[in-house]
Amino acid sequence: MGLPSLSLLAQSALSGVFIGALYGLLGLGLSLSWGLLRQINLAHFALAFLAAYVCYQLSTVRGIDPLLTLALIVPAFFVLGVALQWVFARFDISAFNSLLVTFGLTVIVEALIQGIWTADFRRLESVYGSAKFRVGFLYIPAPELLTLVLSVVLSLAIWLALRYTDVGKALRAAAEDGPIAVAFGVNRQALAMLLSGVCAALAGVAGVCIALSYTLAPAQIYTWIGVVFAAVMMGGLGRPLGPLVAGIVIGVSESVTMALTSPSWAPLVSFSLLIIVLLVRPGKLQ
Amino acid sequence: MNRTVRHVAAVLFAFLGAIAGSAWGAPSGPPIRIGSTLALTGPLASTALVHQLVGDIYVEQINKKNGLLGRPVEWIVKDDQSKPELARTLYEQLITVDKVDLLMGPYATGAILSAMGVAQRYNKILIHHTFGIPSLAKYDGQFPTWSLGADPATTFPNTLLDALAATPKPPKTIAIVTSKFPSVHFMSLGAREVAKKRGLQEVAFLEWDFGNRDFGAIAARVKDANPDLVWVGAIGLEGNQLLDAMKKIDYAPPLHFYMYPAPGPMAQAPEGKNALAATIFEENQPYLSNPGAAEFVKLFNERAAKAGLPYTGVETQAAASYSAWQVLDAAVTATKSLDDKVLTEWLRKNRVDTIQGKLRFDGASNYGDDLMVVKQVQNGRWVTVWPKSAAAPGATLMTK
Repeated sequence: MGLPSLSLLAQSALSGVFIGALYGLLGLGLSLSWGLLRQINLAHFALAFLAAYVCYQLSTVRGIDPLLTLALIVPAFFVLGVALQWVFARFDISAFNSLLVTFGLTVIVEALIQGIWTADFRRLESVYGSAKFRVGFLYIPAPELLTLVLSVVLSLAIWLALRYTDVGKALRAAAEDGPIAVAFGVNRQALAMLLSGVCAALAGVAGVCIALSYTLAPAQIYTWIGVVFAAVMMGGLGRPLGPLVAGIVIGVSESVTMALTSPSWAPLVSFSLLIIVLLVRPGKLQ
Repeated sequence: MNRTVRHVAAVLFAFLGAIAGSAWGAPSGPPIRIGSTLALTGPLASTALVHQLVGDIYVEQINKKNGLLGRPVEWIVKDDQSKPELARTLYEQLITVDKVDLLMGPYATGAILSAMGVAQRYNKILIHHTFGIPSLAKYDGQFPTWSLGADPATTFPNTLLDALAATPKPPKTIAIVTSKFPSVHFMSLGAREVAKKRGLQEVAFLEWDFGNRDFGAIAARVKDANPDLVWVGAIGLEGNQLLDAMKKIDYAPPLHFYMYPAPGPMAQAPEGKNALAATIFEENQPYLSNPGAAEFVKLFNERAAKAGLPYTGVETQAAASYSAWQVLDAAVTATKSLDDKVLTEWLRKNRVDTIQGKLRFDGASNYGDDLMVVKQVQNGRWVTVWPKSAAAPGATLMTK
């Protein structure tokens, strides 16, 4: 095999950046709920796919522009997230149990999606689907670019909010030491509901991005779990910029691996990177 | 007097009822119970839905006639959740707990292999519709109705390359890109050998794991290799995912073949134009003249639309499934028996008319001829194009 061309390498790396941005966007809500609420929310993936199907439905049947569906999906999913947190608090679900409960929720949402839209493939056809730009020899597809922009903007916005706003500081304090934060007047429950709502809304945004770029099938909920978990763990729990950076590192590594060697080696990359990170900085996930 | 009249009337009604029953062919007696599993949930559910619809249609059709051996047919379907290990448990349950009279195969190679092991343990006949690797079918009592032939990895690539050799500009270079999903991977390896023997230059060979999400780099490598023909060992959506990725970098392969694509998404995507694939049945002549085909196609189209399936056409999956029921029906009717041994012996000696053609089971692993032909997306729908005997009227293989 000869050396790969520059255009092949650059296009592959760009493709990795785009898919990495989606890993980051999916991982953002997961990382926040894991790091700040101590909930390992597997249902985050199910919510993202539910949002993708809602976007498909609103666009295909109601003729609403896919991006405008965000105006409906984000608030609706925020409410859903708040309701979920209420249930979690009501039954005092521990971190480990949250894994089991949210896995159950994932299965229920998958069955719901299959009941409504069947298990067959659904593809959202929109004006964005075929739109792309060309910069030199590089092709930049519009839906993927949009995902990257949303991922960067949302990650930065949440990082800034956590760092500089009172609510953000209170959230971090509650995660650091709940009882002391409460003693200082932090309303832990209300903050948890707010954060859970934000995480679900982020899943909604990720869902719209998935609908714009991918063909949908209910069982695809599970295909993202492994790699997004790797991105979240590499990026550090509760750190908004972590999943984005880690996602892009994983995405680019996978894509460049595909460009240079057999593509079947690519899935090994994310987990090999995760193992390396865990070896280099053990106990530094949070 | 009244009592006598009542007796006479009762006898008369019973007599008339019996005559009416036999004239209208209504089955009676205890039902013949046929058990199977299908992947009603999980990653294979989208295709398993097709098999569920087909089974429902066939059972309804047969019960509207005279049932099997004059008895109604009851189909017991359990959800194996796309898990072969669960299929094994459920087939065991169907035989030992539900005590079904006959078995029908589940969907997809892994589950069928599991069911085959159970059937062998209990000496039950297993007719199945979607087994992708003939060399793994070792049990004498299994009968495949997906007519791949015993060595599809050699026979089908030759059929495809024959088709392309007959075009004005036959391909000289080939890129083989393939999923490592077992039932397509061995076909791609076979295509590699056949292409080499036929003098095609291989400019790329790439493999990915089933479940791959990012096809950007693979598309870029295919574009870089610039082949005349791309053989895509894809199953389900993978073909569309690769096409999407190619479209994003402004690349359309000159000739492109997909092993087992999702028929709807591939036909409906603009970039799927002229895509080639393998099939055993399409909704065109000469297939519509096969026994039961036209009626089944009409019924399936209606039911699939009612069930909300985006693609309502009959192709390989539905045809293989319907053929499985036709084979079971033919064997039971011909032997007037539900005995697994009797049915097995009959099927090994006889040919059965099905909607995909005549099937025989006397070759290696009970496989007969490779009936797979080449189909192509033309004007947004699949039509068979090769060999000429199987081509839709007026259809030829389009190269651009």
